[in-house]
Amino acid sequence: MLEAAPVSTFVRPAVEVAERPRHAAVVRITHWVTALCFGALLISGVEILISHPRFYWGEAGNVLTTPLFVLPIPASRSSVPTGYGFVLPDQNGWSRALHFQSAWIVVFTGLVYTIASLLSGHFRKNLMPSRADLAWRPIAAVIINHWQRRQSAMADARSYNVLQRVAYLLVIVVLFPLEIWTGLAMSPAIVSAFPFVVTLLGGQQTARTIHFFAAVALLLFFGVHVEMVRRAGFFDRVRAMTTGETPTPSERT
Amino acid sequence: MKTMSRRKLITTGLAATAGASALAAAAKLAARYGLVPPDHGGLYGVGETLTYASQRLITRHTMAREFGRGQISKMPFANGKRPRDERYLQLEAAGFTGWQLAVDGLVANPGSFSIADLRRYPPRTQITHLACEEGWSYIAEWTGVPLAHVLNVVGVLPNARYVVYFSVQKNWWESVDMADALHPQTLLTYSMNDGDLPPAFGGPIRLRVPRQLGYKSVKYLTRLTVTDNLSNFGKGLGSASPEEGYSWYAGI
Repeated sequence: MLEAAPVSTFVRPAVEVAERPRHAAVVRITHWVTALCFGALLISGVEILISHPRFYWGEAGNVLTTPLFVLPIPASRSSVPTGYGFVLPDQNGWSRALHFQSAWIVVFTGLVYTIASLLSGHFRKNLMPSRADLAWRPIAAVIINHWQRRQSAMADARSYNVLQRVAYLLVIVVLFPLEIWTGLAMSPAIVSAFPFVVTLLGGQQTARTIHFFAAVALLLFFGVHVEMVRRAGFFDRVRAMTTGETPTPSERT
Repeated sequence: MKTMSRRKLITTGLAATAGASALAAAAKLAARYGLVPPDHGGLYGVGETLTYASQRLITRHTMAREFGRGQISKMPFANGKRPRDERYLQLEAAGFTGWQLAVDGLVANPGSFSIADLRRYPPRTQITHLACEEGWSYIAEWTGVPLAHVLNVVGVLPNARYVVYFSVQKNWWESVDMADALHPQTLLTYSMNDGDLPPAFGGPIRLRVPRQLGYKSVKYLTRLTVTDNLSNFGKGLGSASPEEGYSWYAGI
């Protein structure tokens, strides 16, 4: 490809760019693909959820059964008693198709990310908290630092603090795999081949309920994540995750 | 932006070509082995195809979970309204003795079966989970004759690929591939929980496909058609569900 862009003030001389990108290319690409899929899964998941905003525990549950809890929202099906005098439009068709297609992409993306990360030592080097950091004092220091809104300046721009490491590992190793597991446990075909996928959880309705709570946890993570990125400098961090470039100290004002 | 070297350009080009040909070859193979669903087109066709192909490979002979009697739901939920038209009410009043299930298409001996005819065949009883795509479910005991038995009686021709099935409810018709049609748990059910299948639950006859979502278990069956080509039915997407935006294959 030819370099066609005119030289402008926005193009920094190459020497100022750090030699190693802040994030490896595979991390950047898988991050944004996952972010896109997460959005699609969230929207379609909410649409599917509102067709039956009731939750149960065990194998089976329906409108005639005592629920574990009910979300106080209107539903998209008239068969669900919600207390609201109206029924929302039914959007399950495209929502389900989008949900499962996004799930496929997220699974493939997760596989690429996991294999690449194991090979490159990304988990060990960048995500595993050090033993020394897993103590009250360093964790408290990070919390106080955040509480006082003190910019940890360039230290955090180059590496993750202990709370970030724990949060990211929780999302990567616990929440996403749990969503995939509980999602598969709701598939009548999958559980015909691998019954333990659902029996280990205690039932198909239990799987659905856990699927919901894990999604809520992911949504909470997403909110905190975006807020932290905003505080750290939204465009700098988004650029670091997109092109791999990190601003040099001279760029900061 | 870095300029792309000629070598990188050639390698990328070759890799892309190889990838595209591999995909084309995979698609051809998948079609040949019956791994492409009828609703494979459109924006979500890739996801539909991945789900159907992978699950068809994994679950060809697997059995849906069966439960103990103690796990039968005390409150099963009959979704939707039972038919109220005059013809159905007349048949119901006569104990459904006049109900006929026609079987035609790619079969040696097309025929028609009354409920009494079906009851004479060796029955199968199973306690399975019925899950609706909305999220609710119940467990019930169903008794009926395996669809495979009836297909044997009429003599399915070797080129059969799908069984299309129709209801008195005109907008609810479905189809399954032969793997599901011949599966031992795919039942033409006439009993539920120790009694005749109630009209609200699909009486006098409902096809139960326990390895797929509830909408594949069509109520009030009137006709089965064996075919090798789904494009002649409705909009050619396999069943009424994809016409409403839902997956033809509902194993999830």
